[in-house]
Amino acid sequence: MMLSYFQRLIEILPFFLKGLKMTVAVAGLGLIIGTLFGFLLGILRASDKKWLTWPIGVYVALIRGTPFIVQIFIIFFILPDWGVQLDAFPAAILAMSILGAAFICEIVAGGVKAVDRGQWEAATSSGLNIIQKLRFVIVPQAMQTILPPLVGQYVLLIKDSSVVSVIGVMELTRVGWLTVVRIPEGLMVFSLVGVLYFAISYPLILLSNRMERKMSLGQVRL
Amino acid sequence: MLENFNFRIIWEYMPFFLEGLRNTFLISIVSLVLALLVGISACACRLSQWRLLRGAATIYIESIRSTPLLVQIYFFYFGLPTLGLRIPEIQTGILALMLNSGAYIAEIVRAGIVSVSAGQIEAGIASGLNYFQRMRFIILPQALGVTVPPLLGQAIVLFKDSALLSMIAVAELTRSGQVLSSERFMPSEAFLTVAFFYLCIYFFLKSLADWSQKKLIFREAY
Repeated sequence: MMLSYFQRLIEILPFFLKGLKMTVAVAGLGLIIGTLFGFLLGILRASDKKWLTWPIGVYVALIRGTPFIVQIFIIFFILPDWGVQLDAFPAAILAMSILGAAFICEIVAGGVKAVDRGQWEAATSSGLNIIQKLRFVIVPQAMQTILPPLVGQYVLLIKDSSVVSVIGVMELTRVGWLTVVRIPEGLMVFSLVGVLYFAISYPLILLSNRMERKMSLGQVRL
Repeated sequence: MLENFNFRIIWEYMPFFLEGLRNTFLISIVSLVLALLVGISACACRLSQWRLLRGAATIYIESIRSTPLLVQIYFFYFGLPTLGLRIPEIQTGILALMLNSGAYIAEIVRAGIVSVSAGQIEAGIASGLNYFQRMRFIILPQALGVTVPPLLGQAIVLFKDSALLSMIAVAELTRSGQVLSSERFMPSEAFLTVAFFYLCIYFFLKSLADWSQKKLIFREAY
């Protein structure tokens, strides 16, 4: 009994590793694109021009105010009505990027705003242009406040990537779901899925905790 | 784009949407109350002197925080029947939401308790206050200011997360959108209405959270 149980586990394992690869692909691509746009929007959101910050604020509120699963349904089922037909994989990447950018934007804006005004003024009086100011003065300092919550946000986004299984992307959760329909061993199948997610997210959680501790120590020293 | 958006069908399905909305409310509130109980107990275990309790609470909290909620929902939905436990979908969903939010709440409460420095408690003892007076006048007023805003944030997350229960056929808000979408092939009407309802609740809860934050900070400064 016990032996056949583990035999089954080993039989289905390759299938799950494929799913893991897909999860890494969806989450990874979504995180990269989301981070790029998140930083761009976050820096714009930290400016004091109302016509810039207001539309970004609306976008962030719309994304934060609705469940991710509803956003995926809107992208996958409604965009075709408007002439944009996407396969499941690109739709998943698009949904992940839109979600990631909204949350990362808020973190980046918070970090940029936390940089002292004097730094901006000093950079201006040193004759730096706006790109140089951001590149050499503001962003490096803002990174200290941005990084720990950013890594924490990555963990949340990787976990959110499980939701793209609902439109049929063959990632880890979808593989688990398909397996459990054929082999009725719910506990085993979803424990295995959980362990594989744990393997990706737990190291990141530890990293985020360490960064937070380091940062609070750094502040004490000041 | 939206020129043939059909408001009549939304009106026709309105009772159905409202029932979904009611269920989303009920599920969220019941899960939140239970999650508070679970969270406070888990936090007490985590801070206890017995290693066994501490270890169990740590395993519970970390394994919940590093796996996706959807996987946890499937784990109970497909896993409990293999143990011979057959409970209705809605209870399974509440169980998953409760255990998921409980882990996050445990961390929030712990951060609140840890934020009250030992010196404060010692000062309370030195002033001759008994345990309840110390709790009432020293620890709770300080801990609540740190705890209540993130707890309301967690309530918002929980209410949005309840949308995932649609995947195990619980008749909540997102599910009513799915049903309309598949019965009448009108995904735009279905999912934009669902998103609208979620946004309304989100803005209500968000303003509640912002208001509580202002109130609590005011009291602290007072």
